[in-house]
Amino acid sequence: MRLKTGYVAIFFTMALLLSGCSSLKTGVLNPQGPVAKEQYDLIMWSIILMSIVFVAVIVLFVYMLVKYRAKSTDEEYVEPEEKENKWLEVIWTTIPVVIIIALAIPTVKSTFKLEKSPSPNQKPITIQVTSADWKWIFKYPEQGIETVNYVKIPANVPVRFELNAVGPMNSFWVPELGGQEYTMPGMTMYLWLEADNPGTYIGRSANFSGKDFTHMQFNVHSVTQSDFDAWVANVKKTAPKQTEAMFKELLKPGLVKEQTYSSYPDVDVNKLDENGKPILEPTTPHHHGTTEETKEEKKPENKSTDSHSHNHHH
Amino acid sequence: MKDFLFNFKMPEHFLVTGDPLIYGAQVSIVLASLAILFVLTYYKKWGWLWREWLTTVDHKKIGILYLLASLLMLFRGGVDALLMRMQLSAPNLNFLDADHYNQIFTTHGVIMILFMAMPFLIGLMNVAIPLQIGARDVAFPALNAVSFWMFAAGCMLFNISFVIGGSPDAGWTSYTPLAGNQLDPGPGQNYYLLGLQIAGIGTLVSGINFLVTILKMRAPGMTLWRMPLFSWSTLITSVIIIFAFPVLTIALALLTLDRLFGFHFFTLAGGGSPMMWANLFWIWGHPEVYIVILPAFGLFSEIFSTFARKKLFGYGAMVYSMLAISGLSFLVWVHHFFTMGSGPWINSIFSISTMLIAIPTGVKVFNWLFTLHKGRIEFKTPMLWALGFIPVFLVGGITGVMLAAAPADYQYHNSYFLIAHFHYVLIGGTVYGCIAGLVYYWPKITGFLLNERLGKWAFWWFTAGFNMCFIPLYIVGLKGMTRRMYTYPAGLGWETWNLIATIGAFGMGIGFIILVWNMIYSFRRGEKDTTGDPWNGRTLEWMTSSPAAEYNFAVIPKVKGLDAFHLMKKERAEGRKEETPEIKPIHMPKSEGFPVVMSAFMFISGFGFVFEWMQIGAFGLLGCVITMIWRSFNDYDRDYYIPVEEVKKTELAAGRRV
Amino acid sequence: METTTTTKGYQPMEYKSEEGRLKIFGFWIFLGAEIVLFSTLFATYFVLVNQTAGGPSGKDLFEIHIFATETFLLLTSSFTCGLAILYMRRNSMKGYLIWTIITLLLGLGFLIMEIEEFAMLVEMNAGPTRSAFLSAFFTLVGTHGLHVTLGIFWVIGVMIQVIKRGFTPVTSRKIFMTGLYWHFLDVVWIFLFSTIYLLGVV
Repeated sequence: MRLKTGYVAIFFTMALLLSGCSSLKTGVLNPQGPVAKEQYDLIMWSIILMSIVFVAVIVLFVYMLVKYRAKSTDEEYVEPEEKENKWLEVIWTTIPVVIIIALAIPTVKSTFKLEKSPSPNQKPITIQVTSADWKWIFKYPEQGIETVNYVKIPANVPVRFELNAVGPMNSFWVPELGGQEYTMPGMTMYLWLEADNPGTYIGRSANFSGKDFTHMQFNVHSVTQSDFDAWVANVKKTAPKQTEAMFKELLKPGLVKEQTYSSYPDVDVNKLDENGKPILEPTTPHHHGTTEETKEEKKPENKSTDSHSHNHHH
Repeated sequence: MKDFLFNFKMPEHFLVTGDPLIYGAQVSIVLASLAILFVLTYYKKWGWLWREWLTTVDHKKIGILYLLASLLMLFRGGVDALLMRMQLSAPNLNFLDADHYNQIFTTHGVIMILFMAMPFLIGLMNVAIPLQIGARDVAFPALNAVSFWMFAAGCMLFNISFVIGGSPDAGWTSYTPLAGNQLDPGPGQNYYLLGLQIAGIGTLVSGINFLVTILKMRAPGMTLWRMPLFSWSTLITSVIIIFAFPVLTIALALLTLDRLFGFHFFTLAGGGSPMMWANLFWIWGHPEVYIVILPAFGLFSEIFSTFARKKLFGYGAMVYSMLAISGLSFLVWVHHFFTMGSGPWINSIFSISTMLIAIPTGVKVFNWLFTLHKGRIEFKTPMLWALGFIPVFLVGGITGVMLAAAPADYQYHNSYFLIAHFHYVLIGGTVYGCIAGLVYYWPKITGFLLNERLGKWAFWWFTAGFNMCFIPLYIVGLKGMTRRMYTYPAGLGWETWNLIATIGAFGMGIGFIILVWNMIYSFRRGEKDTTGDPWNGRTLEWMTSSPAAEYNFAVIPKVKGLDAFHLMKKERAEGRKEETPEIKPIHMPKSEGFPVVMSAFMFISGFGFVFEWMQIGAFGLLGCVITMIWRSFNDYDRDYYIPVEEVKKTELAAGRRV
Repeated sequence: METTTTTKGYQPMEYKSEEGRLKIFGFWIFLGAEIVLFSTLFATYFVLVNQTAGGPSGKDLFEIHIFATETFLLLTSSFTCGLAILYMRRNSMKGYLIWTIITLLLGLGFLIMEIEEFAMLVEMNAGPTRSAFLSAFFTLVGTHGLHVTLGIFWVIGVMIQVIKRGFTPVTSRKIFMTGLYWHFLDVVWIFLFSTIYLLGVV
């Protein structure tokens, strides 16, 4: 009896799931560009393969439960001498192998494909993305402009996002345009995305980064190339310039509104420490070796103890 | 010197204040402690507590201590979970603020994995393994007590962070640089590092102990290939522990050095590598997942075979698949950060190695199903949990394969899809396994049967609640909801699913309450297990009385094949005459006080280091070393013999033939 | 020398009791865990070896005569430790004590040299907080040094027990286990010596 109640509960959940399916067409399941589409296809293929496994196991499971449940008629049950079956073992080892090969091949293909521009024949645009506590900064090196907490891209143009971080790691994720990539301090990574059509897509940080991480949501506005060009020209004309002091202020922990700048200062964020201060290489009095390229960056007037004295408790 | 001894730097907030929730916790902790002290004193139970529990080296009692602690931690971690689900039940709630939420999801993760799942399984191993292999205790009974008390010290240290100094808040993974001193100063993260470090010592020692026990102390005739599956899984798990836990020890030590002494392992300044933490953490962390799943697999194997009344199907395949899983578990860690820019080659290789795990796991599932084939399935509570495991673990497993495809993982990573996946695996596998094991071994532990009716209610509430909670989370994950958000805006289509999930979570809570109520109830009204074999068991543990005598077996049994006890019963039914071997005096270890003392010093040391009071930290370590030296000098005359007369008396009292 | 007449033939005293056999086996496994521990430290060292943050590298810091002498001391101590166990097996208290004390002195000499080396580096502003490379170096070599320190205390403790109680199955097991431990530290040092110091100065 109890079993039946359980089945009812499971059935009920399934029914609820199916009724919700129509509203599923958002986020990952609503791909709006070639990258997201590629991943969507892989996801769908994996769902198909896994459904085969799911159905096979569940059918077998229910069959065993129904057929071999203890009945009052089989009190005289004698344990059968059934230990193993080589053929069965071979079958249920081979089938998963086949399924995994069927999944692994497109996986590897996609992995390599997504490293490259989704539209190789088209000239891409580069946007540098920096995550800081707790905001997104977008620099357009080709246009010389900067936006904060929103980004505008031309539709049908592959975008090469160059990702880095000041402070903690974040993850740059716009589900409808494609998968995410971490933003990491001290190293630059990249992610290709492209939007098929004009529209607005929500992006957010997918990697926990502290107190106001939750609010690291931003909009990606995809517009036509001509609208994009007009917007850039307008920003150049009307938006304020960003000084280095303004940029440093922006890096401080906190939440800010959307911002637009017609220029940005030349700061290499990969040379900043966790708190957005420049990493200074201290001088070493007894240093008698030679280390090549690192030397030129040295700023001899500072010692490491100045910039992060709170490290040293002893 | 004076500066060193008397320099107590106080953190900004020593006692956590400013929140009614915390005040409530503080008051209730103080009241509960006072009540315990009062009861112990009033009923003159201190001596009893010391003799019977604090100094015990009996694996069965240590097992009970582990189980009690893990149930308590399941409660604590569960309350954390319910608080989170309440906060997320609707958009823009302010039930918890970001700081609290961050602390709660961190403690939830740490507690559930390290202070609930692992001790729960180690507790069940303690309860069952020596009995199952026909031994009188583990190889090193005193070290076994050290394991438990080290775990207890680490666990206590971690838990007091809630009221003293503040809990860690960088997630159970505590990625640097977020968890470094520069971005997260203060005691919270130190609690994480030191609590885990101390508990980790206990786990490593357990691993060594069980490996030696199983390899060297099996009853005569029990070859490796006649061992029950739970023993096999414990053996393999022990090996994983021995290879994985030193990596955690190092990872924690390095971050501690960074935070407390200004080293540069993971800092940006000085050329450290924040990403190295992720690597070290997951080189331990992925095997850890199998440390908590393989013993559960072992338990399920025992239960399927017992309640289907049939030999386990494909015993050899089951063992080899576990060995394969344990090997692969060390080769997949990068799949936890496909999106950290490792490059297409590395991502492809780790995608495939991850998918490969599905093959041995699949083999196991089919073998379990065919164990039912032609059997006679009785739906007793342990079997319900074991059967329930199959479909839910299947869902977790197939979504795991989906996650293994690196490009697709770019869309799932850190989203609620991932959260749903690993809860399906860890609850569906580990928690179902723990509860199944607990219910299965309950008569052996206590001598009472649990109430079947209540047991079934608990199962159905938990199972229904569980699916209701986590299926919606797969969906919100695909809709773009990321983990660790303390709230979310309205209008993204996440509201309904989150509300359903919250309701489901409370369903699981009700299931848990019924389970605990059932335990309390059975103590008072439960049917007594007089046979020692309530389930018609197949393995040696069911040969002993319930609960088993201190010495486990009056005479060590002789094993003639797989399912040794089943064979004995069969022979008996066929009327074969049993020889009555002679009872000899039994060699037993004496109780030991040093494990609890040593762990107390370890606790003090950890507490000192958490607040960077180096003198306290050093004092605790010194105390620990002195206790060890004391123990080494008193390592003589640590055993005694139970005389034959007493053994006979105990056996007769349990209604056994002598 | 006492010999047993089991079918297995000769059995050293430390292996005679079941407890002795179990503990020695367990200790081997513990050493396995120690290998993983040191391997992890080696791995972190090699990840960070070039991260000198503009500070000194191994080439600038490691002095051949220091680490060569350290190596000599520790390798010799491993040999004398082996001799001590040999004399224990021959039931010669005097031989055991002499070689154990020599082992301890060599170990102590090693330790003093290492501490001096560390002090010198800190003096040169090349302490563990200077760079990631130095953090990793100090932690790896220091962990080994800490093991040697604990080993010295352990050997002394066991020696006192042996003086008090003579060679029994329990004390001989302890001697044997400290011996294993000491040889293990020697093996780790060989790796340290060759991959850190030698590769460092090349």
